[in-house]
Amino acid sequence: MPVSDYDQASLPDLLPLYYRRLFPFAQYYRWLHYGGVHKNYFQNREFSFTLKDDIYVRYQSFTTQSELEKEMQKMNPYKIDIGAVYSHRPNQHNTVKSGSFQALEKELVFDIDMTDYDDVRSCCSAADICSKCWTLMTIAIRILDRALREDFGFQHLLWVYSGRRGIHCWVCDEAARKLSVTARSAVAEYLSLVKGGEETLKKVILSDPIHPFIKESLLVVERYFTRYALHDQEILSRKETLDKVLALVPEDILLKELQQDFQNEKKPEIRWKLIKDQALKKQATNKKGHHFEKEIMLQYCYPRLDVNVSKGVNHLLKSPFSVHPKTGRISVPIDLKELEKFDPFAVPTISLICEELDRPIPGEVEEKVDDKENEKDATERRKIRDYKRTSLAKYVKYFDQFLDGVARSWKGELLRKSDLQKEF
Amino acid sequence: MQFPSRRKRLINNAQEEMYGQPIQFYGQPPIENISLSEFETFAVERLKLLKTIENLGVSYVKQSEHYARKLESEFKNLHFPYREVDDRKVQTGPSEFEKRRKDHISHFILRLAYCQTEDLRRWFIQQEVDLFRFRFNELGSKQKLEFLHRNNLQYDTINVEEKKTLLDKLVSSSYAVSGITVEEQDFYKVPFQDALDLVRTRKVYLKAGYVYIPHQDIITIVINDFRTRLSKALALTARSLPIVHSDERLQPLLNHLSHAYVGQDYSIQKNVGKISLEQIDSLSGKSFPLCMKQLHQSLRENHHLRHGGRMQYGLFLKGIGLSLEQALQFWRSEFIRGKVDADKFDKQYAYSIRHMFGKEGRRADYTPYSCMKVILSNMPSQGDYHGCPFRHSDPELLKQKLQVYKVSPSGINQILELVKGMHYQLACQKYFELTHNVEDANFSLNHPNQYFVESQRLLSGGVREPKREPETPHKTKAPSAAVEVPEVIEDLDSFFQDA
Repeated sequence: MPVSDYDQASLPDLLPLYYRRLFPFAQYYRWLHYGGVHKNYFQNREFSFTLKDDIYVRYQSFTTQSELEKEMQKMNPYKIDIGAVYSHRPNQHNTVKSGSFQALEKELVFDIDMTDYDDVRSCCSAADICSKCWTLMTIAIRILDRALREDFGFQHLLWVYSGRRGIHCWVCDEAARKLSVTARSAVAEYLSLVKGGEETLKKVILSDPIHPFIKESLLVVERYFTRYALHDQEILSRKETLDKVLALVPEDILLKELQQDFQNEKKPEIRWKLIKDQALKKQATNKKGHHFEKEIMLQYCYPRLDVNVSKGVNHLLKSPFSVHPKTGRISVPIDLKELEKFDPFAVPTISLICEELDRPIPGEVEEKVDDKENEKDATERRKIRDYKRTSLAKYVKYFDQFLDGVARSWKGELLRKSDLQKEF
Repeated sequence: MQFPSRRKRLINNAQEEMYGQPIQFYGQPPIENISLSEFETFAVERLKLLKTIENLGVSYVKQSEHYARKLESEFKNLHFPYREVDDRKVQTGPSEFEKRRKDHISHFILRLAYCQTEDLRRWFIQQEVDLFRFRFNELGSKQKLEFLHRNNLQYDTINVEEKKTLLDKLVSSSYAVSGITVEEQDFYKVPFQDALDLVRTRKVYLKAGYVYIPHQDIITIVINDFRTRLSKALALTARSLPIVHSDERLQPLLNHLSHAYVGQDYSIQKNVGKISLEQIDSLSGKSFPLCMKQLHQSLRENHHLRHGGRMQYGLFLKGIGLSLEQALQFWRSEFIRGKVDADKFDKQYAYSIRHMFGKEGRRADYTPYSCMKVILSNMPSQGDYHGCPFRHSDPELLKQKLQVYKVSPSGINQILELVKGMHYQLACQKYFELTHNVEDANFSLNHPNQYFVESQRLLSGGVREPKREPETPHKTKAPSAAVEVPEVIEDLDSFFQDA
């Protein structure tokens, strides 16, 4: 059955099935428990749920994996958000003396939303996305992933598809979780190059010296620019988009000359080369605004992130493996090794995977349940195999690999701690 | 015998260790006995210094020449250390060692007073950071290094190999870094969390979580370190306050310090009887600060004021020269127009007015409230008209009020900017300048009665006093430490009684 069979009205039927048989609770708990290195890390974590009829509940918290499972299966949330690890159990925050209840730690997060690029994409707008503009997300991931790893030294990054029109990044390193508000905003500012809203024409301005971070980011953009901007978005081919690009060229460049050349030259690559040549000429004179060809590339391609999402320690962000109510798609982690092949339209929807649950897999033998003792084990085993029958499998597997990496870091911590306590 | 002199030398060495530089991180609290009077004096003088820093910081560009000169003269006046001194030069007044000791002790005393609320902490940290920045910049480069090492800022320097490898990246990361800089200066590897300002503006090379900073820029790091340490220390101090407050000698002083006003207190009435009740309405329009204007207006309109308003306004009126008889008549005639009859007034309200003039109870002569006191204590609530309009009024309402009083739109904007920056007294001073049509008020506003006096002086075409340094108590006496101190302690006494 086609994936587009998803209908928001069927959520109340699909969600119970999803939470009972598909949601990867074990992995989820393994992630947020972080090896138990810090006491009560999982217990003091805030979750928020959006229930049917838009009822929103905050300050949910759970003491064990099984409690989390039971509650979610009871409430069947339409949306799940993850918040911070607090000083006390969030579900008891009203009993705490005012001022004492504080958000202490949280992963460093980034949220890239396609609507923030509406002024530079011509294929879609608002909530729509297509394969042409999805390249912007690919570029964003490449640039930010490199910077967070090589510049900031972070190692455990989880990139997640939001389910509709964007991506999130969860930086799970211990150092990242401990960052203050000021530090988070500094990191986000370091990563921001596109500034300005509706009123600003020129959103990227570069001055000498060009910082190594910008140079590295430009290298990434250059790899995609011809295919994405010149061909897919046709920024130099169509009149309206061409005019917008030329508006970013400094005034003293002989626009008339360029426009004349463009009369004779229709091929976008050649047109771009002509613009670059002008830029080179200007750089030779070393006057202001002599990086305009770079500025154009960045304005059209560089990641636009919302600093406010990254700043707050207590900011709530959509959870991985949450369902997007409008599209039905699961927020799945993205394997960067397969980034070029990632297709948001191929991401499984909740209706697809629920349907796949009942499809028999060829060659599978039904396990016989002998007695009650084995029944519980069998249920567990069946649950574990359940998601494996579905398209969700590969995403959970990737999530497991990610968690293996994170585990290596907190295992080291645990060893260190037990050494200090002289345990054997 | 050799022993005494050796011991003396040892002690001196220890002291030199502690006070080896004119600047410190205040990591170790002082552990000696001091007299209560030294305790008070040190604290008050440091407070004056910090207030100067606040005022100068708003009036001048920090680190500019004007700023530096004015601040230096304040250091000299108050005997605080600010730079390395040539030992060979003959010292007059307290020795460098004594100044540094005072610096050390006074800082810790003020911590006790300023750790109690978020507002106080923020103010204290801001001024101490500015003070630190100024003094650190005054150090020579060798002394800066020495300071870092003394304080365990073990930021590692990178070796020549690494410098060569990173040369291009280092040069292209910062406008200020050239190939020569890399060659000649040490570069420090600092965790990025300690250099957020440089990271945020991308003015530095960042690799694997470390920023590479030339020696010349290490100041930003050090300042942030200072700020963080102080912030943590204040939080800790707040927790041990109950113990400190249980010492009866200290509690009133500490409370006073955090509301401190360190200038003239207008308690000595100079103009008793010179003002007639008929003049008050017109005086309120011309020479009252906004807070008192507001109270007067509300009194006229409602024929009543609540206790907070009566205290603030009543003491102010006393300060401008109303006698007790006049005050009684003033309040009585107004209240009677309201819901209070003559009998009730005499029974309930007259007592408290006489109390204000020191004719009842402890017979303490209450002093009119300073701006600090108005701003910080006794927040007004619904139905109250006291407080400072620049602090307590909603900015929209404040704007409307200023429009009614015919302040120009650009003037209103300037005032609102100052309010946003929490410089309430400067906002009021700006209001003074705009309503009296002068460029520069030529005084530093700290007291509502001061506003009145200055306004009257201006309006009567009086001779303008040459601009004084802020916080000089008496305008007639020559500023000198010996004269200032008794004046201030007198003020403290009256506050003890107030409590």
